[in-house]
Amino acid sequence: MLFSDKHAGMGELADTLADDAYTEGRSLWRDARRRFMQHRAAVASLVVLALLLIFAAFGQHLSPWDNESIDWASLPNLDEDGVPSLASQHYFGLDPIGRDLYQRTVQGSRISLMVGVLGALTAVIIGTLYGAISGYVGGRIDAIMMRTLEVLSAFPFMFLVIVLMAVFGRNVLLIFIAIGAVSWLNMARIVRGQTLSLKRKEYIEAAMAVGVHPFLIVMRHIVPNVLGVVIVYATLLVPEMILFESFISFLGLGVSEPYTSWGALISEGADAMWTAPWTLIFPMLMLVLTLFCFNFLGDGLRDALDPKDR
Amino acid sequence: MFSFIIRRLLVAVPTVLALITVSFVLMHAAPGGPFTNERNVPEAVMENIEAKYNLDKPLWQQYFIYVGNVAQGDLGPSFRYKDFTVNELIESSFPRSAYIGAWSFLFVMVFGVGLGVLAALKQNRWPDYTVMTAAMTGVVFPNFVMAPLLVLLFAVTLRWLPAGGWEGGQVEYLVMPIIAMATSYIAQVARITRSSMIETLRSPFIRTARAKGIPRHKIVLRHALKPALIPVVSYLGPAFVGIITGSVIIDQVFSTGGIGQHFVNGAINRDYSLILGITILVGILTIMFNAVVDILYTWLDPRVRY
Amino acid sequence: MTLINQQRKIVQRRGPSGSGIRHSVQGVLVLLVTLALAACSEEGEKKAGDEALAAADIRAPEARFQEHPESGERLARKQVLVRGNASEPASLDPQLVEDTVGGAIVVDLFEGLTRSGPDGDTEPALAKSWVSSDNNLTWTFHLREDGRWSDGTGVTAHDFVYGWRRAVDPKVGSNYAYYIESAGVANAGEIIAGDKPSETLGVRAPDDFTLEVSLDQPITYLPDMTVHYTMFPAPRQAIEAHGADWTRPGNMVSNGAYLLHTWHLGEKLVTARNPYYREDDQTIIDRVVYVPIESASAELQRYASGELHMTSTVPVSQMARLKKERPDELVMAPSIATYMYTFNVNRPPFDDVRVRRALTYAIDRNIIVSYITRGEQMPAFSLTPPYVSGFDFRQPEYATWSQPERDEAARQELRKAGYTKDNPLEFELLYNTDESHKALAIVISQMWKEKLGANVTISNLEWKTFLSQKQAGNFGMARHGWKGDYNEASTFLTLLTSDSGNNDGGWSNPEYDQLLLDARSSKDPNPYYVRAEEILWQEFPVAPVYFNTTVALVSPMLKGYPENNPRNIIYSKDMYITAD
Repeated sequence: MLFSDKHAGMGELADTLADDAYTEGRSLWRDARRRFMQHRAAVASLVVLALLLIFAAFGQHLSPWDNESIDWASLPNLDEDGVPSLASQHYFGLDPIGRDLYQRTVQGSRISLMVGVLGALTAVIIGTLYGAISGYVGGRIDAIMMRTLEVLSAFPFMFLVIVLMAVFGRNVLLIFIAIGAVSWLNMARIVRGQTLSLKRKEYIEAAMAVGVHPFLIVMRHIVPNVLGVVIVYATLLVPEMILFESFISFLGLGVSEPYTSWGALISEGADAMWTAPWTLIFPMLMLVLTLFCFNFLGDGLRDALDPKDR
Repeated sequence: MFSFIIRRLLVAVPTVLALITVSFVLMHAAPGGPFTNERNVPEAVMENIEAKYNLDKPLWQQYFIYVGNVAQGDLGPSFRYKDFTVNELIESSFPRSAYIGAWSFLFVMVFGVGLGVLAALKQNRWPDYTVMTAAMTGVVFPNFVMAPLLVLLFAVTLRWLPAGGWEGGQVEYLVMPIIAMATSYIAQVARITRSSMIETLRSPFIRTARAKGIPRHKIVLRHALKPALIPVVSYLGPAFVGIITGSVIIDQVFSTGGIGQHFVNGAINRDYSLILGITILVGILTIMFNAVVDILYTWLDPRVRY
Repeated sequence: MTLINQQRKIVQRRGPSGSGIRHSVQGVLVLLVTLALAACSEEGEKKAGDEALAAADIRAPEARFQEHPESGERLARKQVLVRGNASEPASLDPQLVEDTVGGAIVVDLFEGLTRSGPDGDTEPALAKSWVSSDNNLTWTFHLREDGRWSDGTGVTAHDFVYGWRRAVDPKVGSNYAYYIESAGVANAGEIIAGDKPSETLGVRAPDDFTLEVSLDQPITYLPDMTVHYTMFPAPRQAIEAHGADWTRPGNMVSNGAYLLHTWHLGEKLVTARNPYYREDDQTIIDRVVYVPIESASAELQRYASGELHMTSTVPVSQMARLKKERPDELVMAPSIATYMYTFNVNRPPFDDVRVRRALTYAIDRNIIVSYITRGEQMPAFSLTPPYVSGFDFRQPEYATWSQPERDEAARQELRKAGYTKDNPLEFELLYNTDESHKALAIVISQMWKEKLGANVTISNLEWKTFLSQKQAGNFGMARHGWKGDYNEASTFLTLLTSDSGNNDGGWSNPEYDQLLLDARSSKDPNPYYVRAEEILWQEFPVAPVYFNTTVALVSPMLKGYPENNPRNIIYSKDMYITAD
């Protein structure tokens, strides 16, 4: 328990020792799980996210259409035949060239959920480690790592995508490389900022004095203590990366028609919202729902993993 | 402090040089050149155009010519906007974006931090829920949805505001660009501030302060706010550069004439000199504001040392 | 420099509000905000004044006319025309302009020998008359004597000579240098290649008002070609005085109905009536504002909020609604442009003419033009649009078939070529990222999938990647659009000659090449053109989809918009704004 308590001064230590949880001697993980399960919004979000995954994986079976066929019969009069309707079985309506938006949203969910989660994960893993090491080690290493970060974040990212595209051709995996390349930059800066402040805390200095290996200090003392901010920022990255993907697709990398993503659907919907608001509303709703879920999930995880909060 | 700034300034030079080099190489690796056109012109014509812009020389020569010119403050002629130099393009567009950005940033700070603190203080009560719901909705409204929505509402339907233009930066032309720019940043900052504030309020030294009977608002302002702002400042450093260098969407939807449009158009047009010029600008700004952030850390937490 | 100074001043105009925040906010905020503001405002602070107002302002003087001199319609009190113009021009230098947006401005600023009339026919402008002699190898243009530059000096034949020489001068590096060469002007090719000085170009001014052009190759349509801005005159006095900066407001001298007033990149460009223009007393519009709006939906919103008189385009996704809601404002002018797909004939499966034929047949063009583009485009079965002036337009036989008949023929062709259910046709279709190209590619590929069982992969590429792949022949099938440079069929048909730089599909046919060569000097080229088209109907180097229209929204108050000009050349001076 001790290691993750941020401010374990001597006076606080006594408090902690007197704490129920400690005296009962439960394991950290069981403890965390119990706290997580108490967070009702987080549990509900987990359920909704699971439903979303099921929707993305099996949703296409609920509708007779598919994601690329054009409903030729409705094409002449999309204003009326294209609106969402249970009768026509176009639950989410038709897009401006007569394709079923429900199926497209289902198919887009797969790409977007993957992009969002993987983008956030890259940020969490690379960004956290990079920032923690840079901030903890400090000095010249910190300077080099931070200047590298500056070069990376000022650099014209579009060319990276264009060159990736030209060299490797279109490949869904490359989206993740492109997204991974940018998603962690801000995370690293945030974590470094936290680390700089944590590093001067008594318990870290104590660990240093005792001669604990720097890597262990980073992993055991720094990382757990920055997780709160990391989780919150990661949940914010999920929608950002989902939307960012549509920009990468615009450059030719990423998903190509007839495949789509929420980002692509939203940017198409933004153009058509005047005439066909449903083209914007449904993918937007999916994105909002996802964000809310990740947000509550993040809160739940943070509370569960933060031992101060009991 | 003084030596810190000097050190940063010295390091900035190789950093920018590294940035130029990486960008230069990658840019030239991209297919097509600035003069690749839908209408394929005869070779002799293309050679003349390339000679005019030194593109006929070997790449390493182009690189040294460019770096030499940059050292003298000359960013070269734009390859796309043939009547202008890159210096002129930046001088005319950056102030506009910076102006919109400065105002947006102000709102981001005030509302983002303010709402975040409010939500943290009223955690799990209705103000918290309201603020967080609004914030999360704001996060998913990217400016390419926000900007046309605003125009539809305020310009087309209500006719309260002009749909676009700059006209010397009059207020009515700025309202929508600023809202479109600031919304999602406000939402993100509010979210980060809230969680950071909650965490700080739970820390032992705040508990101690509370136990001592110090009034709540004093605890928040004197003790909790500063440490709670560290992640916010980390986030806002790079965000500030993003905000003042504008956005392509805002420039395109509102015809503000800002620098944001050049990021995307410059790359699409392979306007090498414009892209490099902007990259250098962004690089310098990034370096500058990261240094500011590092200084702010020491103010927010005096124990921080480099 | 003018532009920059003006902008600094403009930025300055917000002075009071800018200083307001400095006082009201404390600490870090002040530091950060002022840092950014200081960067942009210090400079202009001292010299802010009237100029700033004038620069920011498009407020024109009260209009000179209350009523239209001919029709007697009541006119608006301010004759300020605001035009949507898709993007920022590459240049305003007539010899360097290379895009339609630049062309739209330059034809207001400058005037050439000829102009494009309301129906797209070539009309005299600065040239009163012209004759050809020597079997079309020499052309003599007689100029009007009342042409004036905006500094008051006269426009002479020497200005044309100067302009044309600039166009081919390697040092100027004009993209359109080839245009002079393709007109066959003597020595153009050698000058471009750097083998001869630009003074040797086959154009001279025997006196101030006579322009004599000598050609290497005869050509019958030279006057049509002079409508193009590359062949406009250039103001030697301004170019020599200001060098590369001559296209700035204040520096530029122009001879058209308007002169350059203000230019704020990315925001607007303003032109004002040129008092020295020969027909200035008949020009009604006082100011023209060109707003570069890259997004078609943003442009539509600008129009809908009443800030534009006309748009440059209309988003495809809005056509259906606009046809219902604003039928009177929607203008769909025929355009000499063809939308097509190019086959790479050197690459399987497109090396087989039966495959090319089958795919061309199976496109249901009626669905495309009625429900996708919706802009009254005309289904195309041949290359040259019917709107090209003087062109004997004919169509291949399959154009008269019904679509099911075409589909059946397509299936047969494909079967003959050896493609079956077990061995389906597979290929990739390239297009550049754009809403309407995307819609078309999706719909057409879907037709091929459903009718022919073809496995089509459609891939969007960012513009320059698309171009470089296409021009390198690194594609199977690619979207292609072609807009005529001048109003004569050869501008289309020469696209597919073996030596054409734009024949990306690599198709080549000696008979076709010879026909077009012979047509150049023929009194009546139509038989050659018809025969050339017939070859295309057999060979299918491209799959034509539709003949384009220029779709725009035009305010009911704006009169004189050239609805029938297939070149979409819009002269602001021909228009006027009515009171209501």
